[in-house]
Amino acid sequence: MSQPLVPEPQTQKLVYLDNAQTTRLDPAVLDVMKQFMMENYGVPGGEFGYRLEEEAREAVEQARETIARRINASPQEIIFTSGGTESNNIAIFGAANSNYYKAKRFVTSKIEHTSVLRIIDKLSRQGFQKTLLDVDQQGFVNTADLKAAIEDVRMVSVQHANQEIGTLQDVAAIGEICRNNGILFHCDAVQSFAKEKIDVQSAKFDLVSISSHLIHGPKGVGALYVREGVKLQSPLEGDDRERGLRPGTPNVAGIVGFAKAVELMTHEHALRMSGLRDELIGALLTISDSRLNGPTGERRLCNNANISFGAVEGEAILMHLDLRGLVVNTGSACYSQKLEPSHVIRALGGTLEESHGSIRLSLSKWTTKEELAYAAETVKEVVDKLRELSPLRRKVPAQR
Amino acid sequence: MTATSETSARKFGYSEKVMDHFKNPRNIGVLEDADVTAKVGSVACGDLIKLYLKFDPDHDQIKDIRFESYGCAANIATSSMMTEMVKGKTIDDARKVTFKEIAEQLGGLPRIKLHCAVLSRQGLEAAFLKYEAKRGRVKIDESFVNKVLRGVLDPVEGVDVISAKIVESVAVEQGKRVIMQLSAKAGSELAKSLTDDIHDAFEGLDIELNLKFKD
Repeated sequence: MSQPLVPEPQTQKLVYLDNAQTTRLDPAVLDVMKQFMMENYGVPGGEFGYRLEEEAREAVEQARETIARRINASPQEIIFTSGGTESNNIAIFGAANSNYYKAKRFVTSKIEHTSVLRIIDKLSRQGFQKTLLDVDQQGFVNTADLKAAIEDVRMVSVQHANQEIGTLQDVAAIGEICRNNGILFHCDAVQSFAKEKIDVQSAKFDLVSISSHLIHGPKGVGALYVREGVKLQSPLEGDDRERGLRPGTPNVAGIVGFAKAVELMTHEHALRMSGLRDELIGALLTISDSRLNGPTGERRLCNNANISFGAVEGEAILMHLDLRGLVVNTGSACYSQKLEPSHVIRALGGTLEESHGSIRLSLSKWTTKEELAYAAETVKEVVDKLRELSPLRRKVPAQR
Repeated sequence: MTATSETSARKFGYSEKVMDHFKNPRNIGVLEDADVTAKVGSVACGDLIKLYLKFDPDHDQIKDIRFESYGCAANIATSSMMTEMVKGKTIDDARKVTFKEIAEQLGGLPRIKLHCAVLSRQGLEAAFLKYEAKRGRVKIDESFVNKVLRGVLDPVEGVDVISAKIVESVAVEQGKRVIMQLSAKAGSELAKSLTDDIHDAFEGLDIELNLKFKD
C-alpha cells in the first residue's frame, strides 16, 4: 500500500480566510444587539409611540445616521434591508417598475454578483434589454465600452469591488458618464463598504447596496442608499416603513448591530489589511506555476487575495486545507453545486485550468501575520502534495 | 456507527470512507513498466485520471494498477477505490465491477459527484480495450475508436464526446489511420482541449490520428 499522501492534521485553531463569504461577529456588536432583543425589543413607531417603540425608533435613526455619515449621505437617503441581495433587488427591480423612467436597457458587467446578473437576466425576459460589459484581464470595465453602450439605458449596475478577485472599479468615472447621460447608476458595494472609501457626493452614485455581515456585523441586515430624487417603485408590497421601499417589521437588533460594526471598522483596519494582503500574495506567488487573479495595489480590495495554481484542482486544495484548519474558497467547478467554473475567472479570459485551480483568501480586521504565514506555508504544502498526484505535473516546467 | 458520529465525519457531503481515500489514496503514482496506460476525462472539466496497468499475460490478470489524478476529492477517492477493487482480478472479473459498486464501497457519493465513479470505470475499460488491441485480440476499427472516445469528455457539458455529438464521424483506414470529424471550430479553446484529450486517450497505440475541425 502506498504511503499516506498527507499526515493526519494536528488539532489547532481555525485560520479563517473566507471573510469575503462572511465574517465572525464582533463581540461588541453582540453586546449592543442583545439589548435590542431582550430589553428594548419594540419596533419603531411613527411620530408618536409608547416607550418601547420610541427607544427602537431612536436606535434605528441613530444607526441610519452612522451609516449615512460613513458614505457622506443624508440619513433619509438610507433604507434598511435584509442584506445585499435584497438591496440589489429593490434597486434594480425598483428602477424597472418605476414609471418615471422610460429607457429600456439595463447595463451591467460580466463579473457582477449572481443576484445582479440574475435580476437583469430576468428583466431581459420581461421586455427590457440587457448589455453585459466585458472586463479586461484584471477585471476592469472599460469606460469606453460603457460610453458606446449608453443608448436608451435606464440603469447601469456596476459593482465597486469584485467578490472573487477584488477588482475596484473606477466608480467615479462610471458615475460621471451615467450622470451626464441621465442614467441611473447602481453600485453593489457589498464587498467594499466600510473597507474602501465611498463618498456618494464626490462620486456620482444614485443607488448603493451595502451589507453588514462582511464587516463583523450580523447576517440578515444591509442597506440601500437611494439618492434624493431617485424614484423607485419597490417590488415589495406592505406598509410604509423605509419609505415603502422595504416594508415590514425592521430588524432592529440587526440594524443597531450593523451600525456598531461600521463604527468599529476603521481606516486603520483597511490599511493594515492591505499591507498583510500584499505579504500574503507575495508569499503565495513564490509557489511555482501560480498566478494572481485581479489587480495589485490600490486598485485591489484591501482584504482580497486570489491565486490560480496550475495542474491542481481547487476543491481538492480546499478540502486538504480544511483538514489542516485553514478555510478558503475556490472558483473551481467541482466545488460549485452546479459544477460550473467561476463566471468571474472565466470572464478574465483565462483557461479553464486556471479557473479550476483558483483559490480565494480573504482577510478580516483580526487576521494576523502569523495566521497568514501559516496559510502560505500550508497552501504550498498542499499544492505540492496534489501535484505529486497530478498527471499534468510533468507538463508544467515545459510549458511555462 | 451512530448517526451523530457519522455526521461529524462527513465533510462537504462526503462519507468517512471517501475522506479516507481522499486523504490517503491507494495505488497512486506511475508504473514505469506498465503494459498499458489510459487517460480519461478532461483538464477543461477539471476532472481527469491517468491509469497505469501491468498484466500477467498468461491469465489476463491485473498484476498492478496505479493512478494519477487531476480532480476533486471524489475523483481521487473513486480512482483509489476502483484500483483497490480490481487489483489482482482477471480482465473478465474486473469488467463486472460497476461504477455503482465503486460508489457503494465508498459509502455513497453526493449525486453530482457520481460521474467521478463513472469516469474511473471508463478509464478501466479504456485500458482493457487498449491492452486487447495491443495483444491483437481486437481490431482497431470504428467501433474500437468509438469505445475509446467514451472516455473523452466534452468540457462544456461534462459528458463523453460521443454522447455530446462532438465527434461527428470516425473512419479507420487499414487499422492504422484514424480520421475523425469534430464539430468544434478549428483554433478554438475547445478544439485545443479536444486535441490534447483525444491524443492522450489513444496514447501508446500504433495508430495515426487525423482530427478534422470546422473552419
